[in-house]
Amino acid sequence: MAANPMTQFEVYRIGPEIKVGAFDISFTNASLFMVISSLAILIIFNIGSKKNSMLPSKIQLLAELSYTFVSKMISDTAGSKAKPYFSFIFSLFMFVLFCNMFGMIPYTFTVTSHIIVTFVLAAFIFIGVTIIGFMKHGFGYLKLFVPSGVPVVLLPLIVVIEIISYLSRPISLSVRLFANMMAGHTMMKVFGGFVISLGIVGGWLPLSFSVALTGLEILVAFLQAYVFAILTCIYLNDALNLHH
Amino acid sequence: MIKKYFFQLIFLNLFFIKEVFAAESGGMPQLNPEFWISQIFWLTLTFGILYIILSKLILPKISSNLELRKSQILENIEAAEKQRNDADTKLKEYDDIILKSKLEAKNIFKEVREKTLKNINSKRENLENEINQEIKNAEQEINLLKKSAPDKINKIAIETSSEILKNLIGADVNSSSISAIVNDLSKRNRNKYYDN
Repeated sequence: MAANPMTQFEVYRIGPEIKVGAFDISFTNASLFMVISSLAILIIFNIGSKKNSMLPSKIQLLAELSYTFVSKMISDTAGSKAKPYFSFIFSLFMFVLFCNMFGMIPYTFTVTSHIIVTFVLAAFIFIGVTIIGFMKHGFGYLKLFVPSGVPVVLLPLIVVIEIISYLSRPISLSVRLFANMMAGHTMMKVFGGFVISLGIVGGWLPLSFSVALTGLEILVAFLQAYVFAILTCIYLNDALNLHH
Repeated sequence: MIKKYFFQLIFLNLFFIKEVFAAESGGMPQLNPEFWISQIFWLTLTFGILYIILSKLILPKISSNLELRKSQILENIEAAEKQRNDADTKLKEYDDIILKSKLEAKNIFKEVREKTLKNINSKRENLENEINQEIKNAEQEINLLKKSAPDKINKIAIETSSEILKNLIGADVNSSSISAIVNDLSKRNRNKYYDN
C-alpha cells in the first residue's frame, strides 16, 4: 500500500473491461466487496434460519437477535404500518453494516466510503419514501411542509425551510455515512503512516492511537449503519403517519 | 548516550514524514467519476439480489421460527402450569386420604379396644362367677364333709375298736355297746376337735 492515505479509496478494475453501450460496468474492487458483503449476509442468515431448534445455536441466535433488533427499531420509530418495509430496511441495515465492517479488515476496500454508493442508496430511499407518501395521502402529503400551529406571517418562510430540509435529506443521509467512513479510514491511515515514519523509538504513541482508533472505528461502523437505518425509518414514518 | 541517540532518531525521523505524505496529489478518489456507473450497477445488482433473497426466503423463515418457538414456549408454560395444578390437587387429595384414613384407623382402634375391653370384662365376670360358684360348691362340700366327718370317724372308731377287741379277746363283741361308748366319747370331745 502506498503512503498516501487516500489511495485506499481508489477503485480499480478486476478482470476485463465490460462495456454496455457507453457505460463502463467493469467488475471492480468495490463490486468485489459488495458481493462479499452480500454473500456473507446471505450465508450467515441462511445458516441461522435453516434449523429451528428449541435451543438456538449461536449463529441462529445471531440471526434472530438481528431480526428482533431491526423489527423493534422499525416498530419503535415508524409504528406498525411500516411492517411491509421491514425486509428492505433489514437488508439495508445489514448491507451497510457488513460493508462497514468488512472495511475494518486491513487491506480491504470500504464500499460505503464512496459518495456515489451512499448517494444512490439515499436517493433510492428518498424517492421511495416520497412515492409512498404521495400514494398514501395524495396531495395531502404536501401538508408535511406546513407545520400546524405556526403563525400565518411566518408560514412562507417555514414552508421554504421545510422544503429545503426535505430535499436535503438524501444529501445529508449519504454524506453522513460517506464522510464518517472516509474520515475514520483516513485517520487510521495517517496514524499508521506516523508509526512508520517515527520508527521503533517514537512509533509507539501513534501505534497505540491506531489501536484505539480501530475500536472507535468499529463502533462508528455499527453506529453509522444504525443511524442510516433509523433515519430511513424516520423518513418512512413521515410518509406513513402524517403528523404535521 | 542513549538519550542522545534517541533524540537523533526522532530528529532524523522528522525528515521522512515529508516522504510519507509525498504522494498527496490525487485528491479524493471518490470524486473521480470513472467508475461511478460501474459502482451504481453493481450496487443495484448485489443489493437487489440480497433484498430479494432475504425478503423472499430467509426473513419469513426466521419470522416463522421465532413465532413457532414463541408458541411452543407458551404451550409448554401452559402445560407446566396445568401439570402443577394437577399435582397440587393430587397432593390435596392425597393429604385428604391420609387424614381420612388416619381418622378411620383411630376409630377402628378405639372400637376394637372397646370391644376387646368389653369382651375381657364379660369374660372376667363369667370367670369370676364360675370361680365364685366353684368356691361356693367347694365350701358346701367342705361343710358337708365337716358335718359328716364325726359320724364317719365314729364309724371307723367303732370298727377299729371292735377289730382290736376281737384280736385282744378273740371273740365278737356286741357292736351296739361299742358304738354306744364311742358316741359317748365323741360327744364329750366334740367341742375339743371341731370348734375352731
